[in-house]
Amino acid sequence: MNYNDRLSGNEAIAFAMKQIDPDVMAAFPITPSTEIPQYFAQYVANGEVNTEYVPVESEHSSMSACIGAQAAGARAVTATSSAGLALMYEMMYVASSSRLPITLACVNRALTGPININNDHSDSMGIRDAGWIQIYAENNQEAYDNFLQAMPIGEHPDVRLPVMICQDGFITSHALENITLLDTESVKAFVGEYNPENYLLKKENPLAIGPYDLGCHYMEHKIQQAESMKFAKERILEVAAEFEKISGRKYGLFEEYQMEDAEVALVLIGSSAGTAKAAVEELREQGVKAGLIKIRVFRPFPAEEIAEALKNVKAVAIMDKAESFSAQGGPLFAEVRSALYDLESRPKAVGYVYGLGGRDITPQHFQGVYGRLLDIAKGGDLGPVYTHLGQRG
Amino acid sequence: MKLSARDINENSTWQEMTLGGEIYEPATSKLVNTGAWRTNTPVLDVAKCRHCLMCVPYCPDSSLPVLYGRLVGVDYYHCKGCGICAEVCSFGAITMKEGGEV
Amino acid sequence: MELERTYHFKKTLEKKERFAPGHRLCAGCGAGIAVRGVLRALNEEDRAVIGNATGCLEVSSFLYPYTAYEDSYIHTAFESAGASLSGVEAAYNALKRKGKVKDTVKFITFGGDGGTYDIGFQSLSGAMERGHDLTYVCYDNEAYMNTGIQRSSSTPRFASATTSPAGSVVPGKKQNKKNLTDIIAAHNVPYVAQTTFIGNFRDLYTKARKAIYTPGATFLNVMAPCPRGWEYPAEMLPEICRLAVETCVWPLFEVENGVWRLSYEPKKKLPVEEYLRMQGRFRHMFKPGNEWMIEAAQKSVDENWEKLLAKCLG
Repeated sequence: MNYNDRLSGNEAIAFAMKQIDPDVMAAFPITPSTEIPQYFAQYVANGEVNTEYVPVESEHSSMSACIGAQAAGARAVTATSSAGLALMYEMMYVASSSRLPITLACVNRALTGPININNDHSDSMGIRDAGWIQIYAENNQEAYDNFLQAMPIGEHPDVRLPVMICQDGFITSHALENITLLDTESVKAFVGEYNPENYLLKKENPLAIGPYDLGCHYMEHKIQQAESMKFAKERILEVAAEFEKISGRKYGLFEEYQMEDAEVALVLIGSSAGTAKAAVEELREQGVKAGLIKIRVFRPFPAEEIAEALKNVKAVAIMDKAESFSAQGGPLFAEVRSALYDLESRPKAVGYVYGLGGRDITPQHFQGVYGRLLDIAKGGDLGPVYTHLGQRG
Repeated sequence: MKLSARDINENSTWQEMTLGGEIYEPATSKLVNTGAWRTNTPVLDVAKCRHCLMCVPYCPDSSLPVLYGRLVGVDYYHCKGCGICAEVCSFGAITMKEGGEV
Repeated sequence: MELERTYHFKKTLEKKERFAPGHRLCAGCGAGIAVRGVLRALNEEDRAVIGNATGCLEVSSFLYPYTAYEDSYIHTAFESAGASLSGVEAAYNALKRKGKVKDTVKFITFGGDGGTYDIGFQSLSGAMERGHDLTYVCYDNEAYMNTGIQRSSSTPRFASATTSPAGSVVPGKKQNKKNLTDIIAAHNVPYVAQTTFIGNFRDLYTKARKAIYTPGATFLNVMAPCPRGWEYPAEMLPEICRLAVETCVWPLFEVENGVWRLSYEPKKKLPVEEYLRMQGRFRHMFKPGNEWMIEAAQKSVDENWEKLLAKCLG
């Protein structure tokens, strides 16, 4: 039975974890994700969950402990942000290459330096190629819903990959919103039990994990990961369909907003979509055929599907909330522009880097972007494809 | 699909290898002939051996098998010929012979 | 669990071997002896999960698809052995509570001095402080052997390593060896011990049994000579270990619930020179004009020995 409550994004994630009641949580506090282990530690202290809570001495150790726990046959979760995720970098690869479906709640925050606690996507984008499934939320409801879908996706025997559920630091993590929760019984039934075929504590046979691979085996193991990541796209949609049945809420690889007849469009990730939608509505009222694509799944990247969704658009702006210092645009821009390459007739594409370190973005900013796209659509000059938005000077 | 270390080699395709490099059977290293590394070879003189077993725990390669409290020989398929066993033996029952051949 | 008071050497060797041959450690490697010796201390009916920091032991004992372990084994990274095994132990507690695991499983992790004294120090300290029911075993060969004999914080002063080479100006490693066993004892864990390969292995076996079967986080520091890195003929390992103990370079002791106990006191403490002379890494100390190095090494050993005696007698 669904019911309504008012929760912050962090509370929503902690509550989802409580409903799932994982075997092990290992976490180290870092703003803005700190509340998640705090709430969860209180659940443990109150006996509301059966979880072993491991208060590790660093994020490197939280991921290491999660790897050990998941390999042992347990369901392991953690939460982190920014520098915490960066400190995990090496272990993120170990988790995915060991094929351990750990779930990580990432509360996106700018990477140091200079140190900054506000939101952008430089943390999870920096680790985008570590072999983790990455799913992003626009709001608290999506953060909650995505977290519940993580384990059925990652634990599928043909996927066996870790999953990162991302939401925007402070913007959603600390803001209260009305959200609809599932009852715990439905959550437990939906998420199911974790029953890996082999695990360290299995009685019938031992398991050795984490070998040294010579050149003759390493590439084959990487291809296995790559093949599973390809399959994950199908599994994400399957799980979304199952989730819709119990929640009534529909999810895909990305959300298309006013895209049916759109001539100009934005592609972006996360909470900025709410602001951008307001801009789209205003433009629609003025008769402008504006649309929006909000990426939900960044890894695996839904390239073909995005190309299909954008094929009739005349001009598109791809908005990155992370710098990649490639000197030619952010990571989302690179992915989307590459996805468009195979289209017979492609929209013109420009990239923007915006919102770094929590820099505010308003409907007016987006209207300005749409204005530029309309000029380009009419045959105007494309101009520089890599620019920033919202900065001074 | 169950995959055994016995069937995995440098020509295996990615479909023929275990996911993530996991091995779900014990002690598959026994398949490896590290005895081929030997440049010197321990020779056990059974007549001199008092079965004190002092040599056994010093072997880094678990190559001095014990059965019913007695040293039953040298596992030449795995012994690398380090010579520690000969050094430890107080009775001159193990001597090192030049070359890797048994 | 009540541990037996007597040591039956032969009976220990009749136990099933848990570290299989066919691993790729060098001939005469001390790490292999350490692993065998520690795992022999397990009750035969108990299962174990073996952890491992990256290092010689790891790349040699689980080179795909060949595992040298009869038991389950996990390697994650160089600096994470303490944390990874913490996670395994936490999972065991959770699954046991849920009835998914029923039998006794022990948790033992191995790391070289690189993975233990240095890069994995924080993760080890965390695991000890949190008090997971596990045993961390350092096989201490006093340098980063896997990458080619670079100095570590465990490398003794004056030893020539590839990143602290002895030259005409610099006399090998400039700093003293870190006293890790003391540092772990300062975590107030229930059992910490220092051992090596001596005589009939009574010392290593009984300490390993205490470490494995004492509830809580425990630590064993096992001196495990490396013939290549220390530059001595492989077969001389037992003599190197004996001299390390007889010169008090590597004293045998244990700290049980805060009580320091000397496991062995040499009747006549041998000069450290006898230990140093056998190893090529100390070769330069014996050149004319470098007598001060041997004196300094002796002074350092004497000081450490006196401090240890004070702790054990005090």
